[in-house]
Amino acid sequence: MSNVVTDTIAWLTDPANWSGSAGIPVRLAEHLLYTGLVMVIAMAIAIPIGLFVGHTGRGRVAIVALAGALRALPTLGLLTLFVLLAGIGLMPPIWALVILTVPPLLAGTYAGISSVDRNVVDAARAMGMTEMQVLFRAEFPNALPVMYGGFRTGVLQVIATVSVVAYINLGGLGRYLFDGLVLSDFPQMLGGSLLIAGLAITVDLVLALIQRLFLSRGASSQPNRSQQAAVDLTDPALAETVVQGGTS
Amino acid sequence: MAEAMIEFQNVTKQYQGGQAAVDGLTMSIDKGAITVFVGPSGCGKTTSLRMINRMVEPTSGVITVGGADITSVPAPQLRRSMGYVMQSSGLMPHRSVLDNIATVPRLNGVSKADARKRAQELLDVVGLASSLGKRYPSQLSGGQQQRVGVARALAADPPVLLMDEPFSAVDPVVRDELQQELLRLQRDLAKTIVFVTHDIDEATVLGDKVAVFGLGGKLAQYAAPEEILRAPANDFVASFVGRDRGFRHLGFSPSDGVTIHPVRPVTPEQLRQEGSSGDWRLVVDDALRPLGWAGPGPAGAEPVMVAGGSLFRKGDTLRRALDAALSSPSGFGVAVDDDGRAAGLIAAAEVLAVIESDRNIRHGGL
Repeated sequence: MSNVVTDTIAWLTDPANWSGSAGIPVRLAEHLLYTGLVMVIAMAIAIPIGLFVGHTGRGRVAIVALAGALRALPTLGLLTLFVLLAGIGLMPPIWALVILTVPPLLAGTYAGISSVDRNVVDAARAMGMTEMQVLFRAEFPNALPVMYGGFRTGVLQVIATVSVVAYINLGGLGRYLFDGLVLSDFPQMLGGSLLIAGLAITVDLVLALIQRLFLSRGASSQPNRSQQAAVDLTDPALAETVVQGGTS
Repeated sequence: MAEAMIEFQNVTKQYQGGQAAVDGLTMSIDKGAITVFVGPSGCGKTTSLRMINRMVEPTSGVITVGGADITSVPAPQLRRSMGYVMQSSGLMPHRSVLDNIATVPRLNGVSKADARKRAQELLDVVGLASSLGKRYPSQLSGGQQQRVGVARALAADPPVLLMDEPFSAVDPVVRDELQQELLRLQRDLAKTIVFVTHDIDEATVLGDKVAVFGLGGKLAQYAAPEEILRAPANDFVASFVGRDRGFRHLGFSPSDGVTIHPVRPVTPEQLRQEGSSGDWRLVVDDALRPLGWAGPGPAGAEPVMVAGGSLFRKGDTLRRALDAALSSPSGFGVAVDDDGRAAGLIAAAEVLAVIESDRNIRHGGL
């Protein structure tokens, strides 16, 4: 057992693994690139639909059912299906991952918009805002904290599952898992998983930091939370809910 | 006859499958006056208010504002020409107080700097410290939030203000304050205000005219408040305005006929030196402001001071006069002048005599 641990540390610290076109930095960059690509496409689909459904309340039942159904799909099966249907290439696996990422983003967006205090929305409309102004000046800013929670969940999920693209030889950190499996090279597999886990934690911490720096102003999701300050950024309880909100 | 600003012509609102929320409403709302819609829950008063700015569309009938059918302009544009104050302040949680007040001017295309300058002025108009402008709504008390709500409604200087139970979620003391502030503002601004409340007291305090709505969305009576208290149109209105309506009506009667008897008050020092006597004695501070009453006791005993009743200011209504007399431990109400100095005493029996003679004059004159 201690063999595997020391071997893993040896693998992770071997300079040979940190250079070249199959080195860890390149695999890391590929991994992040695929993650980014999946997120951009998934957001472009999920956010407009979520905003529409949240604002109008129309199609609520349909998206809840759809999101549940999509979540039940097996990742590897979907990936294989897409490759079989569309052939080897970058986009079939990306689309497979997009389909799996849309539900949490859609749910977050919809939940964010519909969680905004109805009185605030009513007042915005009564002030003379058009429907678009109601959506983007009243609902969207107040929905951001909840929406951002959905975004963080989505990012973490994609970082974990984007490993499967290595199955069809596209690189990313998943390569170490599949290569290690084939070669029975357990230190490489464990090293690869540690890298993926480390990446997920790092990205989530960065996202948490962004949330604390830019999204907490006005405490929009917590009315009457505090009388002294809009949000006390040093409040440990708040920081905790922020972190939990992102990783759960 | 006052000029009409808002007119309902046979307006009905029917929700799907239900009873009519508003049924055949025809009424004319005076320009520059406060008109109060009052009635029990579910009587259609709020629906009627929200039809004026098209937050609710009538099923049938026509509403005009300033002579023009409200459906002749797009709803958002119509709403910007009317201030709207609601029960929960409805302020944007993510915007500062100033930016909240500046909402409608910003929608109308006023520059951010000008809108904020105007917002700053309005803080003062509604009696808030200018330092509150940078805060967020969640950092304000309920009363302060309602003031911000009023400032926001006034920001674009609309001719019409719609107020939907704006003061019902604050405590009674703050509510009193806000009511008085609204009346003070209205003296300067002379807006056409439509005010919804379920509280008949609030209606009679604020309204130049009061519209009592009955169940089923029908207008039961529409008149000046003293008229509604004195002569309810039917049993429903009579029971709604309540058993105290006789007493409330005194709030509209001047107290000119009430005699103010001279009084010789004592300061606490004088009281200590002289000791108790067989009479109630009014105790005042050095500026002659009433502190309370010293009860009668055996001569020479340590005098005991008790709190006084409500004060009657010269020129107040008969309601205040009677209340001052009835709430005083000595049986005599304390009259004060404009500076709050004790000016004399009034007796409950004499106030009642004035009420009685007023009644005889009114009935004799009919």
